[in-house]
Amino acid sequence: MGQVTYVSFDGEETVVDVPNGDNLMQAAIDNGISGILGDCGGGCACATCHCIVDDAWAAKTGEPDEIELDMLDGVVDPKPNSRLSCQITMSDELEGLVIHLPESQF
Amino acid sequence: MSETVVIIGAGQAGCDLTAALRQQGFEGRIVMVGEEPALPYRRPPLSKAYLSGDMTEEQLYIKPASTYEKQNVEVITGVRVERIDRAAKNVTLANGEVLDYTKLALCTGGHARRLPLPGAEKPNVHYVRTIADIEKLKAQFLPGKRLLIIGGGYIGLEAAAVGIKKELKVTLVEAMPRLLARVTGPALSEYYYGVHSAKGVDIKLGAGVDALEGDELVEKVVLADGTKLDADVIIVGIGLIPNTELAEAAGLEVDNGILVDQQCRSSDPDIFAAGDCANHDHGFLLRRMRLESVPNASEGARVIAATICGKEAVHNGAPWFWSDQYDLKLQMVGINQGYEEVVIRGSMEENNFSAFYLCGGVIISADTVNRPKDFMVAKKLVAGRVKADAATLSDESVELKSLIA
Repeated sequence: MGQVTYVSFDGEETVVDVPNGDNLMQAAIDNGISGILGDCGGGCACATCHCIVDDAWAAKTGEPDEIELDMLDGVVDPKPNSRLSCQITMSDELEGLVIHLPESQF
Repeated sequence: MSETVVIIGAGQAGCDLTAALRQQGFEGRIVMVGEEPALPYRRPPLSKAYLSGDMTEEQLYIKPASTYEKQNVEVITGVRVERIDRAAKNVTLANGEVLDYTKLALCTGGHARRLPLPGAEKPNVHYVRTIADIEKLKAQFLPGKRLLIIGGGYIGLEAAAVGIKKELKVTLVEAMPRLLARVTGPALSEYYYGVHSAKGVDIKLGAGVDALEGDELVEKVVLADGTKLDADVIIVGIGLIPNTELAEAAGLEVDNGILVDQQCRSSDPDIFAAGDCANHDHGFLLRRMRLESVPNASEGARVIAATICGKEAVHNGAPWFWSDQYDLKLQMVGINQGYEEVVIRGSMEENNFSAFYLCGGVIISADTVNRPKDFMVAKKLVAGRVKADAATLSDESVELKSLIA
């Protein structure tokens, strides 16, 4: 279990307790965070759970794999730290993580 | 009086509607009533990771019970709705409870079309729609068993892929002359025929089923040409029937689904419908369409929530779908109905290609296999009704992205 801060596009911060092993899309849905949709349920098939990892954390969340990279290529306004939140799994290392949400998922 | 939204059906659309209503600022009462005992869950894994045992029931749940509590959403599971009284604006549940509504949403989904043959009620004949269906199936879904699948659509093919993975002996019969006949073009049908055959699925096309033979269990499936196929386990995947009985009994307009406008409103302005049960006046396709997909259910739910909250929203996204079979990631966008030309980009032999469907030079649909990048661009091309010629689309030296206007 660790805390993750979701920052909405207009700057509102929501801090959520995320159990280790859960992905950050699921955690957002579980906590009613708007701005993350997750239409495909975590299958890396829809890219509607796009988030931007805070610069300070980019190294710790790891690199997206090839499929995720390809999906990210097509999101609205991709950034260097863009990730699909369904592909980030909570762990002790990510305690305190901050992620930013885009203006739109499609 | 404060507002109450009652949602009939606790599937993807119903569940997403509860969240979307709160996100859009709805502060009234929300009650969602589902017939199945489980909390709202994701159905796509039923024919994939849940059947193969790689996912637990809890992992199927869209969200835990605590989330509904936090969002002040009342969830009633395991209870049928008996009727809708539009004049009194209430619904009566099977347990006698009466719920008043100011707005009602029908998210009733559909049920698997039954095989209309004697013997189809026997305990080794299965459908793939609910957790209960899969629980019953799993007990018989064992290595070495002869699995016979009736229907070469997505459900049948996904089940075949899991059957091979779990080392069953898989035979698939399809009444049409090709696989996926209802949803894709012949090139893709042929491709998937090749893939499944190579993996060991014995596929019989143009093979309608005439009879089921056996005592306690179905032991043989008799085809129209008289061929008898031995089977231990049978899966029937021959389509979905929308659940429209309540709507019909309430006098709402129904025609292959509950008829709704671009705001998902039925013929009664206080009653909405979304998901598999709804037949939309689709804002993108510009015709009526009943779609069976999670993204369609989710979009419908968001449109209903926005409309109830007095915001402008239209159900007009280019529809998209996905299907996982073996290590193939199929992603599709648009409806290819009426296409005049199909263009392949990439290599079918290498399981890495996209098929683009053109009508009047406009890209109306695309099927991508292991090409998520193409899929993301194709979504934009289809949504933008972009024109392209075959030579450009098939030329890999031209970036697909460059076609986006």
